[in-house]
Amino acid sequence: MTTETMEAPAVPVPTATPPHPLREFWGYFSANHGAVAGLVIIAVVLLVALLAPVIAPHDPNITDTAIALKPPFWQEGGSIAYPLGTDPIGRDILSRVMHGARLSLLIGIAVVALSIAIGTVLGLVAGFFRGLTEIFIMRLMDIILTLPSLLLAIVIVAVLGPGLMNAMLAVALVILPHYVRLARAAVITETSKDYVTAARVSGAGTTRLMFKEVLPNCTAPLIVQASLGISTAILDAAALGFLGLGAQPPSPEWGTMLADAREFVLRAWWVVTFPGLAILITVLAFNLLGDGLRDALDPKLKR
Amino acid sequence: MAAPPFSVLAMLRFILTRVSLIIPTFIGITLLAFFLIRLVPGDPIETLAGERGIDPARHEQLRKEYGFDKPVIVQYGIYLARVLQGDLGKSMITQEPVLNEFSSLFPATIELATCAILFALLLGLPAGIIAAIRRNSIFDHGVMGISLAGYSMPIFWWGLILILLFSVQFDLTPVSGRIDVLYYIEPITGFLLIDTLLSDEPEAFWSAVRHLILPTIVLGTVPLAVIARMTRSAMLEVLGEDYIRTAKAKGLSRFRIVALHALRNALIPVVTVIGLQIGVLFTGAILTETIFSWPGVGKWLIDAIFRRDYPVLQGGALLLGVVVMSVNLLVDLAYGLINPRIRHTR
Amino acid sequence: MKKSALFAAICVPAFLAAAPLAAKTLVYCSEGSPENFYPGINTTGTSFDVNEHIYDNIVDFERGGTQVVPGLAEKWDISADGTVYTFHIRKNAKFHSNKNFKPTRNVNADDIVFMIERQWKEDNPFFKVTSPNHSYFTDMGMPALLKSVEKVDDYTVRITLNKPEAPFLSNLAMQFAGVQSKEYADAMLKAGTPEKIDQEPIGSGPFTLVQYQKDAIVRFKAFPEYWGGKAKIDDLVFSITPDASVRWAKLQKGECHVMPYPNPADLEAIKKDPNVTLMEQAGLNVGYLAYQTTKKPFDDVRVRKAFNMAMNKKAIVDAVFLGSGVPATNPIPPSMWSFNKSIKDDEYNPEAAKKLLAEAGYPNGLETDLWAMPVQRPYNPNARRIAELMQADLAKIGVKAEIKSFEWGEYRKRAQAGEHQMAQLGWTGDNGDPDNFLHTLLGCASAQSNSGSNIAKWCHKPFDDLVTKAKVVTNQAERTKLYEEAQKIFKEQAPWFTVAHAVQLKPVRKEVVDFKLSPFGRHTFYGVDIKGK
Repeated sequence: MTTETMEAPAVPVPTATPPHPLREFWGYFSANHGAVAGLVIIAVVLLVALLAPVIAPHDPNITDTAIALKPPFWQEGGSIAYPLGTDPIGRDILSRVMHGARLSLLIGIAVVALSIAIGTVLGLVAGFFRGLTEIFIMRLMDIILTLPSLLLAIVIVAVLGPGLMNAMLAVALVILPHYVRLARAAVITETSKDYVTAARVSGAGTTRLMFKEVLPNCTAPLIVQASLGISTAILDAAALGFLGLGAQPPSPEWGTMLADAREFVLRAWWVVTFPGLAILITVLAFNLLGDGLRDALDPKLKR
Repeated sequence: MAAPPFSVLAMLRFILTRVSLIIPTFIGITLLAFFLIRLVPGDPIETLAGERGIDPARHEQLRKEYGFDKPVIVQYGIYLARVLQGDLGKSMITQEPVLNEFSSLFPATIELATCAILFALLLGLPAGIIAAIRRNSIFDHGVMGISLAGYSMPIFWWGLILILLFSVQFDLTPVSGRIDVLYYIEPITGFLLIDTLLSDEPEAFWSAVRHLILPTIVLGTVPLAVIARMTRSAMLEVLGEDYIRTAKAKGLSRFRIVALHALRNALIPVVTVIGLQIGVLFTGAILTETIFSWPGVGKWLIDAIFRRDYPVLQGGALLLGVVVMSVNLLVDLAYGLINPRIRHTR
Repeated sequence: MKKSALFAAICVPAFLAAAPLAAKTLVYCSEGSPENFYPGINTTGTSFDVNEHIYDNIVDFERGGTQVVPGLAEKWDISADGTVYTFHIRKNAKFHSNKNFKPTRNVNADDIVFMIERQWKEDNPFFKVTSPNHSYFTDMGMPALLKSVEKVDDYTVRITLNKPEAPFLSNLAMQFAGVQSKEYADAMLKAGTPEKIDQEPIGSGPFTLVQYQKDAIVRFKAFPEYWGGKAKIDDLVFSITPDASVRWAKLQKGECHVMPYPNPADLEAIKKDPNVTLMEQAGLNVGYLAYQTTKKPFDDVRVRKAFNMAMNKKAIVDAVFLGSGVPATNPIPPSMWSFNKSIKDDEYNPEAAKKLLAEAGYPNGLETDLWAMPVQRPYNPNARRIAELMQADLAKIGVKAEIKSFEWGEYRKRAQAGEHQMAQLGWTGDNGDPDNFLHTLLGCASAQSNSGSNIAKWCHKPFDDLVTKAKVVTNQAERTKLYEEAQKIFKEQAPWFTVAHAVQLKPVRKEVVDFKLSPFGRHTFYGVDIKGK
């Protein structure tokens, strides 16, 4: 992941009473225009996704070969009824992109949720038990990291069979090492701290220690990693879709739409341009948000 | 050679630890590649026979021939033993040794990857440095904005859009391939940029360059974004250090400060990031090679998956893994070597 | 760095000196890399296209036709009972040479015998070299057919068969029977590198291989001493370009001269381009959607008929084939003899379809699966897109169809086992006989086998009787009648929704002279010339 040092935003000079943590967070966060922009875009995409059946002008799967490959409305031959044009079998691209937002958000969130759940547990276990368990888990993660991630994802999809669910599983596995490493590192730093020793002395069990004491203390980096992870997940799933291994047609997943329309690239620029643009914008928004969250949440990087 | 002996020993131990860490990873990759590919549905013999099918007797005979009738564990043992002797098997489709196929295709990937990294460095380093020096200027915001967009780029789409614009619309660059087919270049190194210079056809070199432009941009986009951001933040950190302030106080020129002091120290994390980008680069290479019909290992591996060419996939994944591990090791070692010196200079 | 065998192609020093632009070069944008340079084990047209130029056969097909003409054999005699073939080999056929091997003699009987024994006799030292799977040789029934192959003298070979076989000569003209040099094989065997003969090929064909780089290029040079005279072009280059749109872009720019398998999406532009001719030829194929007739709900002919009426065939063919196919009514293509012109296709009528479906007991529609092949086939440029259109049409009569796809090998296996409810598939004929379609694809024998091609699993006695009878009758007029009747039953029973017959299309640049389409879909460039430059 990239690291970036942001300048300390112009927050009010600290007064005698420290501000509420959430308020302080918002203070840092809102000063970062990029992050706010990211948040707004995500809110819009989320809204479009939720309301897609209502606001989409057409059914995303209705085909009408009579209006195949209509250009967007501002080009000659286009019509306002199909603002971004139609695909090779006459489906409205705008409607498909809108419905695709549902899939992409679902992919991003589900993949990261799964990956965090498994990754945190593995990381906590590795960090707590050390020894052979740790070596085994961390070696496995090293192996996953050594192979090109897309190659690994493709092999997994080849094993499980193409499809949205399997693509999501594959991507979740591929991004797993980041969370494991993060959680393990956090555990190792946290366990050396006094409060954990104190809790241990007072007789807290390992599981309790892991989830009640240590985990809450490493949520900040996890949240940051999660929002960046969503963008990776969306990109990787779209790449799988592009190679014909992700969501299957007629599902309007953006990568799949690109793959499906690729042969028309020389003839109808709009069929490939808009789904790709949708990917770019959504991923960019999550990256902006992630950067903003990191700067606001991670005190170590705050200067 | 006045280095104290203990540091040499420490270095040696450091190297040995790093290398010994590689062995389990290596075995792990062989295991993963071997067993994962066997879980893929579909019979490699059927695939080998092609669409015409194959009669059961011949099928059985071939299964024996390839050793698929033995228990999987035994197959793995045989495979590992052969790998350790440097024999990665033969492709089931072409019957060519995997190592030969790899070594004939790898230069194309390396050439593309090197150009992409160079492209990323040449643009990313200056952009990051200037952004750091002119912090919060429009330039800074612009660079950071663009680099974040680059980092968010679905590169398979980026490739299509660039082809659409530069090859189709403006007819500036060729659509795909490595060189104009009219040139016959004797492969000496496998790197076309070098081979064309060695040949007696200077135009061939330019043809190769023109073919490289778009794939380089596409593959270099993500590393470019990462390097620009990394350079900027490393520079910011270094510029805030005491010794830079001292230098400033001494009245050294701004250029000297940046070029001689800040940059040298800021480069270290950047080099690390480049090392870490190698794995990412191969992922990108798979997509880039697919889009531009670039005859490299990424495309080769994808084809192998679709054709169930077990030996190619196992061998290819292993070789790529070894390359990534070696690069990481080198970066680690370089970092370990540079690190103490940094402390001294401070 | 070790130079790999792939790279270390055969270098003809004279060629290096020649300026590339002075020579006549024809560039063919091929769709993929050849498997290797031994046609005996090749199975794809892609490999045959390459090897066809390097090797000669005993006999050949005339260019652009199906007629058998002399090849390495100047002439041949067939015994009265049709079991003994005596081939007289021409004396002036020379082999190529490369850096490892210089031939000392011309093609003779030893080479012919070697070609057959390598694929036939397991004790031949080359039987297992590269691969023991000589799939065409086995498929054509050669092992059972051949009794003996003898060298009578240096230029005469006698082949004895176990029984007469009319297509034997045509079989020998197929690419798998390309003749390699026995002398080269012996030399390489002695050197301990027998596999070299399949990697750095020596043939007697019109072109020598100069360079091969996987996934990039195959480069040939005209062989000046070719017995049929030097090719009109000097250099032949296969520029390997897997993506159809990219092939077209290259053809448009003049980066290549001939390309196979254009993308239907580009046809309109191809037709408009003044520098390009679009050659076309009706293909011997059919693409269809098969109903699994032994499973509910498709065991009911009314459901099948309702489905046939619900799907808008013309719209599907227009949208997906985009002019590279014609809607199919019968299971055999219109260009084939016995095609029944009087049969009317089921009309597109969703209302009637809905009614019929209700009659069959499904007033509220039903749910089913709809399989789409994961690959592009000559008879079907985009099965997924067809499936999407069918799905949308079926939704209008209340049918919910779920599109499914599997890895291609898996797909065929599962479809042949009848695991589907509806599955798309197609067929390209091998020999131009209706039996090859009607009996193979729709007969009871192949419905009952788990590896048969009748994936509708349709075994209908009256139909089967007709096509089985037509197999043994020799009178073509009588056979025609039987097949016409069979097609009528087929339409009434509707085991398939016949989709389309694809047309073989080949965009060729105008400067290419005398390129001929082959009914077998081959790409042969000997005899082709190029204008200008």
